[in-house]
Amino acid sequence: MLRVITPVMNLIEIPFRGAQRMLGVPLIAWVFLVPNILLFGLFAFLPVILNFVYGLTGGTNVLLADRPYIGAQNFNYLLSCDNHFDPNTCRDDKFWRAVYNTTLFVTLQVGFMIAFALTTALILNRDIRARGFFRSVFFFPVLLSPVVVALVWKWILQREGILNAFLDWLNQTWLIAALSGVTTALGGEALDVRGISWITDADWAFFWSVFISVWAHMGFYTLILLAGLQAIPRDVYEAATMDGASAWRTLRRITLPLLAPTMLVVLILALIKGVQTFDEVYAFTGGGPGTATTFIIQYIYEEGFAGQPRLYGLSAAASILLAVVLVVLTAIQLWLNRRSVDG
Amino acid sequence: MTRTHLTTTALAALLGATALGAQAQEVRFMCYSDGNECEVYDDLLNRFEEQNEGVTIEVDTVPYQAILDNLPVQLAAGTAPDMAKVTDLGGLAEYYLDLTPHVDEAYWEENFGNTLDWYRGDRDEGIYGMHSQLTITGPYVNATLFEDAGVEMPGEDATWEDWAQAATEVRDATGVQFAMAMDRSGHRIAGPAISYGAELFDAEGEPILVDEGFEDYVAQFVEWHETGVMAQDVWGGAGGSTMVDAAQEFINGELVFYYSGSWNTGRMEEQIGDFFDWQVVGNPCGPDGVCTGMPGGAGIVGFDQSDNAELVAQIIDFLAQEEIYAEAAARTLNIPAHTGVASEGVEYQDVSEPAAEALNAWGAMVPNLSPTAFAYQGYPNNRAMFNITVERVSQAVVGELTVDEAMQRMREDLDAAMAEMQQ
Amino acid sequence: MASLWSMLTATRGRNGRLHWTDWASYAYLTFGILLMFGPVVWLVVSSFKTPNELDRFPPRFLPYVQETVEVEGFSDPLQVYTVTEGDLAGEHVAQTRRAGTRAEVVRPDAPDDRIRLRTDQLQAVERVGFTTSNYTELFERFTFFRYLFNSTFITVMATLIMLLVNSMAAFALSKYEFRGRTPVLLLIIATLMIPQTVVLVPLYLLVTQMGLYNSLWGVIIPGAATPTGVFLLRQYMVTIPDEILDAARMDKASEWKIFWRIILPLSAPAIAVLAILAIMWRWNDFLWPLIVLSENEKFTLQIALFSFQGEFQTNWPNLLAMTVLTLLPIACVFMFLQKYIATGIASTGGK
Repeated sequence: MLRVITPVMNLIEIPFRGAQRMLGVPLIAWVFLVPNILLFGLFAFLPVILNFVYGLTGGTNVLLADRPYIGAQNFNYLLSCDNHFDPNTCRDDKFWRAVYNTTLFVTLQVGFMIAFALTTALILNRDIRARGFFRSVFFFPVLLSPVVVALVWKWILQREGILNAFLDWLNQTWLIAALSGVTTALGGEALDVRGISWITDADWAFFWSVFISVWAHMGFYTLILLAGLQAIPRDVYEAATMDGASAWRTLRRITLPLLAPTMLVVLILALIKGVQTFDEVYAFTGGGPGTATTFIIQYIYEEGFAGQPRLYGLSAAASILLAVVLVVLTAIQLWLNRRSVDG
Repeated sequence: MTRTHLTTTALAALLGATALGAQAQEVRFMCYSDGNECEVYDDLLNRFEEQNEGVTIEVDTVPYQAILDNLPVQLAAGTAPDMAKVTDLGGLAEYYLDLTPHVDEAYWEENFGNTLDWYRGDRDEGIYGMHSQLTITGPYVNATLFEDAGVEMPGEDATWEDWAQAATEVRDATGVQFAMAMDRSGHRIAGPAISYGAELFDAEGEPILVDEGFEDYVAQFVEWHETGVMAQDVWGGAGGSTMVDAAQEFINGELVFYYSGSWNTGRMEEQIGDFFDWQVVGNPCGPDGVCTGMPGGAGIVGFDQSDNAELVAQIIDFLAQEEIYAEAAARTLNIPAHTGVASEGVEYQDVSEPAAEALNAWGAMVPNLSPTAFAYQGYPNNRAMFNITVERVSQAVVGELTVDEAMQRMREDLDAAMAEMQQ
Repeated sequence: MASLWSMLTATRGRNGRLHWTDWASYAYLTFGILLMFGPVVWLVVSSFKTPNELDRFPPRFLPYVQETVEVEGFSDPLQVYTVTEGDLAGEHVAQTRRAGTRAEVVRPDAPDDRIRLRTDQLQAVERVGFTTSNYTELFERFTFFRYLFNSTFITVMATLIMLLVNSMAAFALSKYEFRGRTPVLLLIIATLMIPQTVVLVPLYLLVTQMGLYNSLWGVIIPGAATPTGVFLLRQYMVTIPDEILDAARMDKASEWKIFWRIILPLSAPAIAVLAILAIMWRWNDFLWPLIVLSENEKFTLQIALFSFQGEFQTNWPNLLAMTVLTLLPIACVFMFLQKYIATGIASTGGK
């Protein structure tokens, strides 16, 4: 492998030396940045800017040249509500339902995600056997494409799926009968764990959306946190043990503070990716029942791409609002982090 | 007559091929399958390739999603394939290639007269597409369950309420899970709504979607969900405009009455086998004696951006010839839209008795379809209306909105959509 | 509370004995295996089932097929049943016909003696059997290896380009103080905010304008422009001490040499993580290739996979088999790469 790479790298070095002679050391950085900026400019920034222009136009034509300029109408349409806390009073109730669903989803998903990822990383960081194997196990679902994740779980959770079959079986075992005996003896109702239609019930559908999303992405954050944990020098811990600090104290006073930069990365990424959750839930519930699991990206996708008529303008306007909110959230996180580091 | 016509077309095709020279020509056909359609077309088109040297037709089999979501964007950007199998017949009409200069107009008018209009969009004439797969919505019934329960199956003029009552009795007597279910689709619910008196369009032909008849049916539909007559899983099982079916429940014998459509016949045949007796029955009636389903389906169209317009027209014309069309219908288990083929009757290949009966039962329903149903299917922006229906009615079914609120939202959605489309 | 935390942080019990916290850890991990692997195992086993077995409720873990028997006088093999009641109770019979709840059966050794029974008197005789037709049908229907090549080509090229370009940018943004650094960094973080799904239409029009439509490069190049990589790598490279760079500069090493001889090897763990992510993203990408690629010869495995979804029906047996096949290569790649993450972390962990 190296034998192939070395000559290539040496070849690239020649123009770089020239550039370095001309520009000097700090400015050479731009040369390192140029390829990335080119790629980004064309395929990331430009579409976003175009999207902004789309947000100011109406109609159903795809080509920008054919679309009439309508100013901020799309934004007005999205934002006008009699009462912003009740989606039913909004002109675009679907948008606001999506906003509230997304907010709740992200709060739960990021919370559980970080809790489980941290627990798993801490356990994997212990001196356990077959660590590599266990690490792979937890990372494995990350490899599955979102649509496959949704299909597998949908198939497990459907009314005639394996989970309901298991619960029906469990319901007939002595364990449930015994527990049921206890609850009725205490004056409660008989225990019944028969299978239900998970995807039809709004609350369960929401629960499983969070669950599946944590299931699918937890491994990624576990891996980042584990890398962060392993980068903490051993001697710090040894010093703590000498001082007779308890494990709880070590965790709070040493591990967590030293893990803070990694946690920040994880938190920012988890938050952004959480807000952007789309594929797996869309393939899992289609946003239902009703609009119970419709999130903001699905709204944008359906308005602009999958719906009829295709309202690119409205969809683009919603995506701009989303980006603004995310930028503000990230800025707050970075600011809080800086303050806690300075303080 | 058909024979002579075939020979002339073959001759014309031959002449055309020589005129175009031996130069290699490639046509791309974007296709999607609900069963084996693309394989069958690929096979049939091989014959065209043999007759026309230098022509290659590549059948690109894509997920249905690509036809629905991507093709319109590709068409707008000018990067579409030469021809495709589409379902949004009127919505894409502006891009279709007019086949009139290249085909025998009289033959097409005679055999595809019912469906040609669906492809015209806002235009009044022209031949823009071949309806390859006619579908009809209607109910499947589990006859064995009726027998076991000792309940008599409602007859031909039975209403929706008769069926609901009978199906509920059967469910209670046999202990199966569901009495009735309907595919989650704005297209499926349209038939019953029209039976209940929904007009969908006003006197000027402008879409109104919601009227008294429509609201009556939706109110009934929602009530059936609340009282457990209808399976909550289907309409309450997804969001957006996602299509959900109840075929698996029916196949497993857990559902008495399943309102779906002719396209499921092959699946029922294959998967139910002799597990129980199933039947296709006529569409139930509304209170005023209207008993209609919705026609629908897919068709093959050429696009006017194609560089090989003439060749594309010849290929579609080839597929529209009676013999070829009949073979395709027989092999894909579809109901023919070609009146010549339909009147002859299709000899479906390798199907069992119940499936053959079912396919003929579907065919027999065509004359009973209400003109409103045909008008709705032919309306270019019907997909917007289907989507609005399915989203809002679902919200009413799961209780996010009342029926009144849902109807109000549907009117507003329709107004907003119409306003945007006129801009 | 304290004991819970000691469970999560303490290392293995002293004197070679397992502390109870170790037991708890292993219990957690075992549960993790069940939860993480279970669904995938279920998927793989199910891909060997027949369509009828797939639709069956309650489902059975292992795939079953019904026994058939060749009977004289019948051209096709007949299905075997056990009779549950009546005169023939306990005997194996072959079913010849069936109508509703009535069935006609024969004993395999007496094919002329037709017997009529009710279907509820019959129970199918089944054995565990893996149906491979779900897989073999795929190869008949598709040019599978063409799709495999396309998917592999897209994944490898996009990953290489992304790794090189992103690590260069991350190096520049982490190790140099220059004017404009903060704006560039902020812009990159800002693009993190807009997922590709949202800008599909403008991106598609751009790619078409550049003549990349229906070309594998139309998938590769936009795919390589992912901000996550720059962000992850930069955060990692910031932690590499500047002294190492200064020492190299003393030795008159060019900046490029510093980048690829020092920074890249030191960032190996982060690069390995990013490589896995990039491979996975590109391999599993569905929506974008579906829009950009329109011809059979250019299709990827994921597009082929979802061509089993029609308007009304999903072909589950083939879809499941195809899912397993697309999963295999990436699982192999992961097993190979995950060692690099481990050694990478071990070698730089002490710093």
